[in-house]
Amino acid sequence: MTFSAPILNYTILSPILIILAGALIGVIIEAFVSKAFRPLVQLILTVGTLLLALVQVFRIRGTESVTAAMGSVIFDGPGFLLQTAILIISIISVFLIADNENFTALAAAIPGSVEEQESIQQGNKVTEVYPLTLFAVAGMLLFPISSDLITLFVALEMLSLPLYLMAGLSRRRRLLSQEAALKYFLLGAFSSAFFLFGAAYLYGYSGDITFAGIRDSVVGGSGNDIFLLIGIAFVSIGLLFKVGAVPFHAWSPDVYQGAPTAVTAFMAAATKVAAFGAMLRIFYTVFANAQWSWTPLLSGIAIITMLFGSFVAIAQRDVKRMLAYSSIAHAGFLLAGVIALNKAGLSASIFYLFAYGIATVGAFAVVTLVRDSSGEVTDLNRWAGLGKRSPWVATVFAFFLLAFAGIPLTSGFIGKFSIFSAAYESGAKGVVIAGVLSSAIAAFFYIRVIVLMFFTDSHEDATTVVIPSVLTRITVIFSFVITVALGVYPAPLIDFINKFATFIR
Amino acid sequence: MNISLTLLMALPLLGAAVLAALPKTNALLAKQIAFGSTILVALTTIAIAVSFERDNINLQFVESHQWIPSFGINYAVGLDGISLVLILMTTLLAPIVVLAGWNESQSGRWSTKTFYILILILEMMAIGVFAATDVFLFYVFFEAMLVPVYFLIGGYGTGERSAAAVKFLLYSLFGGLLMLASIIGLYVLSGSQGGHTFDTQALSQLQMSSTTQNLLFLGFFIAFAIKAPLWPFHTWLPDAADSATPGTSVLLLGVLDKVGTFGMIRYCLTLFPDATKTFTPTIIVLSVISIVYGAFLAIGQKDIKRLIAFTSISHFGFITMGIFAMTSQGHSGATLYMFNHGFSTAALFLVAGWMISRRGSSTIADFGGLQRVTPVLAWAFFFAGMSSLALPGLSSFVSEFLVLVGTYTRYPVAAIIATFGIVLAALYILIPVQRALHGPTTAGNENLSDLTLREKVAITPVVVIILFLGFYPSPLLKVINPAATHVISQLGFSDPAPTQLGGK
Repeated sequence: MTFSAPILNYTILSPILIILAGALIGVIIEAFVSKAFRPLVQLILTVGTLLLALVQVFRIRGTESVTAAMGSVIFDGPGFLLQTAILIISIISVFLIADNENFTALAAAIPGSVEEQESIQQGNKVTEVYPLTLFAVAGMLLFPISSDLITLFVALEMLSLPLYLMAGLSRRRRLLSQEAALKYFLLGAFSSAFFLFGAAYLYGYSGDITFAGIRDSVVGGSGNDIFLLIGIAFVSIGLLFKVGAVPFHAWSPDVYQGAPTAVTAFMAAATKVAAFGAMLRIFYTVFANAQWSWTPLLSGIAIITMLFGSFVAIAQRDVKRMLAYSSIAHAGFLLAGVIALNKAGLSASIFYLFAYGIATVGAFAVVTLVRDSSGEVTDLNRWAGLGKRSPWVATVFAFFLLAFAGIPLTSGFIGKFSIFSAAYESGAKGVVIAGVLSSAIAAFFYIRVIVLMFFTDSHEDATTVVIPSVLTRITVIFSFVITVALGVYPAPLIDFINKFATFIR
Repeated sequence: MNISLTLLMALPLLGAAVLAALPKTNALLAKQIAFGSTILVALTTIAIAVSFERDNINLQFVESHQWIPSFGINYAVGLDGISLVLILMTTLLAPIVVLAGWNESQSGRWSTKTFYILILILEMMAIGVFAATDVFLFYVFFEAMLVPVYFLIGGYGTGERSAAAVKFLLYSLFGGLLMLASIIGLYVLSGSQGGHTFDTQALSQLQMSSTTQNLLFLGFFIAFAIKAPLWPFHTWLPDAADSATPGTSVLLLGVLDKVGTFGMIRYCLTLFPDATKTFTPTIIVLSVISIVYGAFLAIGQKDIKRLIAFTSISHFGFITMGIFAMTSQGHSGATLYMFNHGFSTAALFLVAGWMISRRGSSTIADFGGLQRVTPVLAWAFFFAGMSSLALPGLSSFVSEFLVLVGTYTRYPVAAIIATFGIVLAALYILIPVQRALHGPTTAGNENLSDLTLREKVAITPVVVIILFLGFYPSPLLKVINPAATHVISQLGFSDPAPTQLGGK
């Protein structure tokens, strides 16, 4: 038996390799650089790595390859767009992570213990979060360009495991944060198991683990359809879990609330791009010819997700939980793009993912600024009167909410319009009508927050808005500018996306 | 510089930008800049109106630039007689509102400067919504203009202002989203018939099945019926008008609500001619209900602002009836009605606002005998009331008469019932006039002051316009008629000959 070395196309894999190298250097820094310099060195390293990867992704745009890594990675226009989106979102999320107010001093210490006190007094900082972020980013970059089930699974785990850890690193309310991490991990493990189960059935159906092989079987229609259906169903469950679609959403409000806000921002925005990227690729290429068997079900899930997310969000009293339910509703809107199954749907989904991701990071960045003496305040009632005390912060947050609600002249409106029109074009009128109705419901709770901030007088235990650090300020301003620009003049980005948004098989 | 619609929209925005750069403390300067900007906008509109060719039925002052080419979306504006009249109304009302409500912004949550920035942005969007000839652009203005109004009501109103603001916003958003679904439907249809477009002209050529057409029509119509507001979609209006400042109410009822009736003409009728025919009887019935219901509820109101709001529901019933009567008189009447209603409502709200701010109460029963204490104010209120009940010789009489004549030739029963609305109008106006102005001066009213010079200056143009158009409406009708006839003939209707009178 001979062993032939795999042929790798390093150019195409380079963004992922750069990130991984940065992550490994980060681990080494943890071991060798003194505590005082670590935060700064790690921050520079992480941002530098992400920027380098972004430049590299941009340099390889337009190249297409199905054989980059022995047929297990496929690089094409959508892959380029999604990787770009993930990297941009990651960079502005890292700026938030850099605000060390968010993180515990020593993750291993029991909450409330002497050990914890000591480490706080010593001014320790969990700089491990930087390499963890990079590992997660590497997984996210791989996820939407995987072209076989094994690579897809590896990427899924690679992006998930660091996130499970990061969710438990909150500085305040540590028990809540640890509970969130555990919940996320357990449910994530379940969904991974479902995913593997489905992958096994797809292998049984087609005798192949590559997307191309499975696709050929679907097109040929030679295999046992039961296996295919079970396979599609369970692989979808794994993916729907990651995007937080109903009924696989139960983790997201708890995790959004418990995790440090910077991590929530990163997770909410970047994971969604990666997971929807993979989902679009699988449904648009592999399962496209079995459309009849999954569109009805996925349409049903999309409708339930939109309506459920919007309705339940109304009852929320915590800003992070509210944003969690709002992101569930948005997952439903994005599923409309998956169902559309046409070129317009692909472009619209990518636009929506980018626009929504940026606005999400911006909104969470504002959440990190609203504090009292014991840390961030996420209780909505205590946001009352924020508009009086800090008009600019409140205005920016209100603007992000209007973008989520899809009011014209924000990026959210263009996203919603393009995704719904793509779905309508493919005949999914029920999904569009449900989407429009749930947008109306969703408007209610976004506006309620605006009412609280601007039209309600503040309580005695008022919150203060801290002066944002330079990095947080960059994140907020960048997100705000992008959200406005994409609302007022989205044509350049839409044309750019249209130019690249074609899957190769 | 050439006069263009874009310039007209840029002017208020420029004013808002200047205001934004001002320090918060100088409230007087903010007011002066706001007033100056609105005057400038009004003069520019008049210049546009003068160079408008009345007999040309094509769109004029057309501008078109690509906005989002991959969706076929253009920044496209243009004027026909109907939109010109409404833009004229908007820009004439704006300076009057600024001058009349000089001190309105004082009870607000935020600074005076913010108040006027919101007003100017609203003015710009109102011009845009009437001028847009691209459905997508129209929708953007239609929805975006909710935001400044929302903050104007919630930030500067009185009473339950934030609840009223939210109610207003949610109703409008709901309607807007239904319209969005219809717009998406049109967009997809246009894509399957020769390329994506939002051009109103091109969309009106689309072929569609009658079911599709009916559904898309309803999406638009419900949005406009909420805006207008037509019974049974009206419930947000009394609360909003009650809580808003008088000036905001004028803009809300006088300008913003006209977008609903304007949209019916511009979009419901031209884009969906067959569906329009299907739904016309239903809509006529709803209009008649609005006329009578609004009038009855107005009679029963104790609060003066709510009373005016309900009278408006009745008036909007007349406008909708005129539009859907599908006769050229009805159409011309409805458009003229929109213009006149803007000024008569402005008169009512502004004068009522002065009464309320002097007395500190908006309950009609708290007033009494104002005729003796504040004669000019009382005469102003009386005049505004007469204009609202369409006294012959005042402008609203002409439009109401035209609407009724236009409706009678096609729907005699509806016209006859609607005529009762005029009788009821006499009641809902004369009762508050009697209670508030005549009789003995009630306690608490003895020391009220009469109108100041500023207030007199503000109300004079309104009075002049109402009187002038009451006796000589033809300058406006000459602009409106060609456009109205054009719309009717596009729909394939011709005016039925009056059956009983024989000849005109």
